[in-house]
Amino acid sequence: MLLIRCPYCEQDLPELEFANAGEAHVVRSSDMVGLSDEEFETFFFIRENPKGISFERWRHVHGCGRFFNAARDTVSDTFLLTYKAGEPKPSLDDLEGQKK
Amino acid sequence: MTGSNRIAGYGEVSRSKPVTFTFDGKTYQGFEGDTLASALLANGVHLVGRSFKYHRPRGFLSAGPEEPNALVGISRDKTRSQPNVRATIQELYDGLIAESQNRWPSLTFDVGAVNDRFSRLFPAGFYYKTFMWPRSAWDKLYEPFIRRAAGLGHSPTEADPDRYSNRYAHCDLLIVGGGLSGLTAASEAAKSGKSVILCDENPVLGTGLRSDLRTKFSGKSARVHLNKLIETVRSAENIQVLTRTTAFSYLAQNMVALAERVTEHQASPESDAPRERLWQVRAQKVILATGAIERHMVFDGNDKPGVMLANAAQTFLARYGVAVGAKVGVYTATDTAYAAAIALHQAGIQVPVIVDARSGTLSAIGEEARLLGIKVVNNAFIKRVNGRLRVQSMVVEHQGTRETFDVDAIITSAGWTPSLHLFSQSRGKVAWDQETRRFLPGDYAQECQSIGACNGTDTIAELISEAVSAARWGIGSRARAKPKIPEIEDEVPASGGMIGADKGAGPDNPVKAFVDFQNDVTAKDIRLAVKEGFHSIEHVKRYTTTGMATDQGKTSNLHGLAIAAEALGKDIPEVGLTTFRAPYTPVSFGTFVNHNKGELFDPTRKTSIHDWAVEQGAAFEPVSLWQRAWYFPQDGEDMHAAVARECKTTRKIAGIFDASTLGKIEVVGPDAAEFMNRLYTNSWTKLGVGRLKYGIMCREDGFIYDDGVVGRLGENRFHVTTTTGGAPRVLNHMEDYLQTEFPDLKVWLTSTSEQWAVIAVNGPKAREIIAPLVEDIDFSPDALPHMSVREGKICGVPTRLFRMSFTGEMGFEINVPSNYGRAVWDAIWDRGAPIGMVPYGTETMHVLRAEKGYIIVGQDTDGTVTPHDAGLSWAIAKSKPDFVGKRGLERPDLKADGRPQLVGLKSLDGKTVLEEGAQITNRMNPSGPVDIQGFVTSSYWSETLQSPVAMALVNGGRSKMGETLFVPMVNETHKVEVCDTVFLDKEGGRVHG
Repeated sequence: MLLIRCPYCEQDLPELEFANAGEAHVVRSSDMVGLSDEEFETFFFIRENPKGISFERWRHVHGCGRFFNAARDTVSDTFLLTYKAGEPKPSLDDLEGQKK
Repeated sequence: MTGSNRIAGYGEVSRSKPVTFTFDGKTYQGFEGDTLASALLANGVHLVGRSFKYHRPRGFLSAGPEEPNALVGISRDKTRSQPNVRATIQELYDGLIAESQNRWPSLTFDVGAVNDRFSRLFPAGFYYKTFMWPRSAWDKLYEPFIRRAAGLGHSPTEADPDRYSNRYAHCDLLIVGGGLSGLTAASEAAKSGKSVILCDENPVLGTGLRSDLRTKFSGKSARVHLNKLIETVRSAENIQVLTRTTAFSYLAQNMVALAERVTEHQASPESDAPRERLWQVRAQKVILATGAIERHMVFDGNDKPGVMLANAAQTFLARYGVAVGAKVGVYTATDTAYAAAIALHQAGIQVPVIVDARSGTLSAIGEEARLLGIKVVNNAFIKRVNGRLRVQSMVVEHQGTRETFDVDAIITSAGWTPSLHLFSQSRGKVAWDQETRRFLPGDYAQECQSIGACNGTDTIAELISEAVSAARWGIGSRARAKPKIPEIEDEVPASGGMIGADKGAGPDNPVKAFVDFQNDVTAKDIRLAVKEGFHSIEHVKRYTTTGMATDQGKTSNLHGLAIAAEALGKDIPEVGLTTFRAPYTPVSFGTFVNHNKGELFDPTRKTSIHDWAVEQGAAFEPVSLWQRAWYFPQDGEDMHAAVARECKTTRKIAGIFDASTLGKIEVVGPDAAEFMNRLYTNSWTKLGVGRLKYGIMCREDGFIYDDGVVGRLGENRFHVTTTTGGAPRVLNHMEDYLQTEFPDLKVWLTSTSEQWAVIAVNGPKAREIIAPLVEDIDFSPDALPHMSVREGKICGVPTRLFRMSFTGEMGFEINVPSNYGRAVWDAIWDRGAPIGMVPYGTETMHVLRAEKGYIIVGQDTDGTVTPHDAGLSWAIAKSKPDFVGKRGLERPDLKADGRPQLVGLKSLDGKTVLEEGAQITNRMNPSGPVDIQGFVTSSYWSETLQSPVAMALVNGGRSKMGETLFVPMVNETHKVEVCDTVFLDKEGGRVHG
């Protein structure tokens, strides 16, 4: 079981309290109706699923209830960083340095 | 009798405390402190089981957890029996009942042993080769045969009555293994103030070295040194010592799972103690002191009862005072077996010969053995072992000459394999050490260090230094002082060894030299697999099943790898090691299942009116976690009769229904209406305060996610209802958009599902029944029209009174605080019952709504149905600039012709209730591939209409009104006519009363 740091509670807490909520930084357009079919496909269906650093959303569902973002290495299953929703996407280069 | 093979002055068992047990029905005696294995050996019993495939007689290979052969069934009574228990770790208790496995009719005469005679028919991969053809034989012949033959032992047939428990623990340092290394590390960490857990799978600490009667620590025996360490560790307040506790799984972020066997060794288990306890330990640092496991020599007949590891024989002698034989032959490729041979010799056991596979000059210990008068033969091998149920003699070949030695046991050692199981599970990378020809810990993936034998540290002095510095790392100590190392004398470090088959079991000798005892895999099988094209070690492993038995190849994996490498003409590291997987040793299901069984498997949710329904004798059905009243049978009615009565009476008089399980979410805030606009397809801006609306929620892809009636209680306050099962995910969906997509909206969401009890009263008399109980609400039809909501009081209790209908009748859903649910229900019941009102359950609710064509999300929709498909286009607001799903609904596929659409179906025979889920075709009795037109989603008998009613998703269904389609069912294909989904009261007049 992983320990996950909730950036709102500022504590490392067991995975049981959290729920994964898919890829992070997928932007919902302010003009959804104006999206072409291809743009909608990219927005709704296409996901990175990388081997390595993955940016994903989590919810502290059995805690404060907040959604937040995380950078996780899918190879080692290590959380490199968690940060609040709305904060900018961290640079991959910085995170690569933290990998084990 | 306690066994004739006990040697006076040896062992740690309590000779004053004899213990009685049975094995295969025969009574024996042992001593407290024995294992089942040591007690059986003391009684001269070597034959304890039959092998899995060939049913060959088998005895004990080891004295510890790595045991592949000596698996027995242990039972206390009918419900408490456990198959495949290793006799080498089962502690003896008074009254223990053990049975051998995989034999019939008896252990000494086993019919299945014909497999051994015909072993040429069972080569590697024989399942794949033998049972392929003809295909038709599989179901009737092969599979039943394999199922009968497969598996060892028998599972208990009754439920496990015992309790298992679970604990979470956090510590600064976890030390796995309480041998010399682990104890030395723990002793260094004593009094550090850091929390330390030391666990060991054995009942006592220091087990490895306890078998060593030779090595001296500053002139004293190893046990004296061990006991000092144990005292330090046991008396340290910061150290928790867990014995009989196996660390079986090393997970991410230094979480290690331990299985503690609490009562398995007790004659009368404490009634309030759990049988086993699962520990989930989160450690800041972990020290692995998991030791090494001795390998057997791979030679012809190496599986016969009486052939065992050298270290095992030494352990049975030193710890249990048991001689494994009167005349013991030795076959080795390493020095430690000499130490074992000398120990046996000094205890008065005859050691006629030590056969060493190695060539060259004798080591110091070899000379020592020779000086004691033991014959030592170098550069030799065991050609053959005679004896069927027990070793009788062995034939030794040495430079072309053969000599036979009468022996009743053979002890072997091919060297020591560092235990990397947990290290590998922690995702550490193993590294091949060419010089010592073994795998050792390489790169670490976690906050972890390996010490001692599992790290390839062979001498005691080095091991102590390593343990002390690891402990300092583990507790964050800056101490630099050199560790105190006692003067070590007469030590025989693990060195040398061989991997793979011996000279007599080489590629040209198709003999039965076993690599993996439990799965009956020989050196020959592995070579055959390579010859047949399996070149990856992972494939060789699966094809031959080597290392795949319950012991996971603890003694065999390296041998298997070496033989495969040799056959491939490659170096061992090129071929690679198979992955180590949890659990390290088998863990019982009970430990994993723990408390999560029976009533504790899942919580059961009950409404405040639940007990009333129980009193009325209602039948219940589970709906998500809720138990809901299904129907209320009277006077021996079956479900059909009860539902027919409930439906009819509700439409004629009135029915009362517990709708408390509906999901409820309070949406509040200045932007509440805008939020609702974005999350639902409908428009909420113009919904007046005090009005209700049926709302549909889509996902971004345009498919229906949930539905429900929503009431506007104020400009800024909505009372949203959801489906019973959908409540948590709808709230999650709303929170997701509110927090991450629309954080600018000032809205607050609160789950109120359990705050409100909901009493639905439907039927022509509904108003008459409720009206006198209601205060502060104008209850006249004009003041409270259909689809409106008022706040007031009922029976003096605050209520949100919804006038709405899920039955097509005049209906009210009375929300009251849950604590008052039962009281208000009783008051309504007291008024309604005398005029004939009935309680109805979920089944009647389903029928009544289906007669009206009201959908149930999840039954009439399946996550690929749009509001258009469901015939709900009217609920989509066209003028809104955006809502979740608006863009998705514009996708070409969702607008294409021929999509499945929800329609009604009439059975043309007027009586057949179609099966829900039945497929729909456009031909009566099609032959060949069928063009499926859709499927039935809801189907019931309508007592009111005296006909069946059904809904279905049919491709292009709304353009097929009046057409005939076909529904094939088990015995007959039924003709149906496509029709409107509303079967009753199409004008909708009844809801107005």
